[in-house]
Amino acid sequence: MHNVSQTVFAPWDDPDKEPLIQFQNVTKKFGEFVAIDDLTLDIYAQEFFALLGPSGCGKTTMMRMLAGFENPTSGTMKLAGQDIADVPPNKRAVNMMFQSYALFPHLSIWENIAFGLKRDKQSKDQIAARVDEMLKLTRLEKFAQRKPHQISGGQRQRVALARSLAKAPKLLLLDEPLGALDKKLRQDTQFELMDIQETTGTTFVIVTHDQEEAMTVASRVAVMDEGRIIQVSTPAAIYEYPNSVYVADFIGEVNIIDATAKPAGKDEYHLDWAAGEAPILAASERPFSEGQKAHLAIRPEKITITTDKPKDASNAMQGKVLDIAYLGNLSTYHVQLPGGQIIKAQTANTRRIARRDITWEDPVWISWSATAGVLLDQ
Amino acid sequence: MRRFTLIAVPYAWLLVLFLVPFLIVFKISLSDAAVAIPPYTPNLKDGLGALLAELDFENFAFIASDDLYWKAYLSSLRIALISTFCTLLVGYPIAYGMAKAPEEWRPTLMMLVILPFWTSFLIRVYAWMGILSTEGLLNQLLIGMGVISEPLKILNTNTAVYIGIVYTYLPFMILPIYAALERLDESLNEAAEDLGCSRTQAFWLVTIPLSKNGIIAGCFLVFIPALGEFVIPSLLGGSGTLMIGKVLWEEFFNNRDWPVASAVAVILLLILIIPIVLFQRNQQKQAEAEQ
Repeated sequence: MHNVSQTVFAPWDDPDKEPLIQFQNVTKKFGEFVAIDDLTLDIYAQEFFALLGPSGCGKTTMMRMLAGFENPTSGTMKLAGQDIADVPPNKRAVNMMFQSYALFPHLSIWENIAFGLKRDKQSKDQIAARVDEMLKLTRLEKFAQRKPHQISGGQRQRVALARSLAKAPKLLLLDEPLGALDKKLRQDTQFELMDIQETTGTTFVIVTHDQEEAMTVASRVAVMDEGRIIQVSTPAAIYEYPNSVYVADFIGEVNIIDATAKPAGKDEYHLDWAAGEAPILAASERPFSEGQKAHLAIRPEKITITTDKPKDASNAMQGKVLDIAYLGNLSTYHVQLPGGQIIKAQTANTRRIARRDITWEDPVWISWSATAGVLLDQ
Repeated sequence: MRRFTLIAVPYAWLLVLFLVPFLIVFKISLSDAAVAIPPYTPNLKDGLGALLAELDFENFAFIASDDLYWKAYLSSLRIALISTFCTLLVGYPIAYGMAKAPEEWRPTLMMLVILPFWTSFLIRVYAWMGILSTEGLLNQLLIGMGVISEPLKILNTNTAVYIGIVYTYLPFMILPIYAALERLDESLNEAAEDLGCSRTQAFWLVTIPLSKNGIIAGCFLVFIPALGEFVIPSLLGGSGTLMIGKVLWEEFFNNRDWPVASAVAVILLLILIIPIVLFQRNQQKQAEAEQ
């Protein structure tokens, strides 16, 4: 969204580009429960699109509608310009990688991957060639003759991916694909997924509740809550320019300061945030009127923590270190202000821990620039 | 020591209640019929040496030479196979329906399947006589509805035996199949559909293979007792119904030829050992697959 040049992959900024998937005012109800609420969304070919949200936000329902297991209650869903509401799952050029992988336990890895190809009535040689290609892509050649229960979780995950890619679908749906893997394996697999997505040129839609995973793999992220999309944007834009407190809070760590805005020059505002404290200076392109409620969202790593009062900082406050969360590469300091508010500030641990000059109960200064945070109205 | 006791109990059980009676029956099958009490010779009274000297395989040779027995064995096999197949055809849809039913309904459905066991087996078979006879409920109903004008002759035919076996052994078919289907992950069927299967294809390619062990277990649980079944063919079957259980009864009680009857029983057991071993192997394979 911000300073996108021509060479960057950003079909969503090109008004002439036809989206691969179009949701138009789609609503899905289960009885009285509204799972998807009047949702409109475009996803473009070759995107790696992430649906991110807490459980019960409707992301899985959206995916199941794309796969054909659920039909929208109202609204239209188009795939490559065609309305797909009445197309059954076995007739859609869409494949899904299930959260449980859903590998057929009675079939070997080879037969699992060949399963979809055999349904297409392809010749034996074609099937064998395609299965071998998929085995090579996912580095599973050695395991072709094993049964799913004879391989590890990471390998099973790759079999599920190979099986769903074998039919070269227009769209691949991934339902929490890495949920069952441990953290280290998950990180490796994320990059593998991105490589495979690039190699095959398939459009991926991934459902996840893990914001780090969404940020790593996706070209765009849709943050969902209660059946609605709150924000759709690139990972960087979601992180740096969230459109609401909900998104800011859902993605990464953030300090939210509630205040009243008072215009102070072009695109700048003074924020009254606590009685008796100096106002905070914040820049914002989003206009606020005099006396309007505003929330300043500011990431801990954008806040500098020092022992002496910083010079030329737009905003500086004194506080006391309440807690230190040592994460190895980073440390997060919880600084308590005289009014009782707690602000988190994060620094990279470039020095050895023994030489750290700030410790518990120390009086410190925290400071940030006017442009460090985002001013939000909701 | 405790482990030894744990293993010893089932083995002692098998020894006392299966192996010893079997050896007694086997010994009788090697004896000769006699007008005496017990109705065979030799006895332990004759001394162990004489007893062992007089045992022979005469009765087995007799059974082999008289085609009544061969026909009875073959007919039993056929009736057991056909009724097992019919039980499968009736039982699978019921088990499938139970496994697909809402979770809160399942215990009730399960109870309904087991409910007939609360009444005596004999009474239930007699009830079928009342239903199937010429003046029975079924014929009255069909004639009353105008479907048929002449009563159907079902009682005292093989059809009545099939109905009786299917009815009696249905729970033994349903329960193992239900157990297999209930564990089946619904997403496997969705995956099959997602990969291009129609619902029917998904059923044959995924559901059936994955409930295979339940089907095999159910079939053996029906086939094994049906093969030696006596009460159902003698109450529901006619004079034309030839089953080895009935022959066995007649040899024992009508002819009082205990040695031949014992020989018939020993051969029946040998025939049954094959499916029992296969059944055990299936159960073992299933247990291994689950690990």
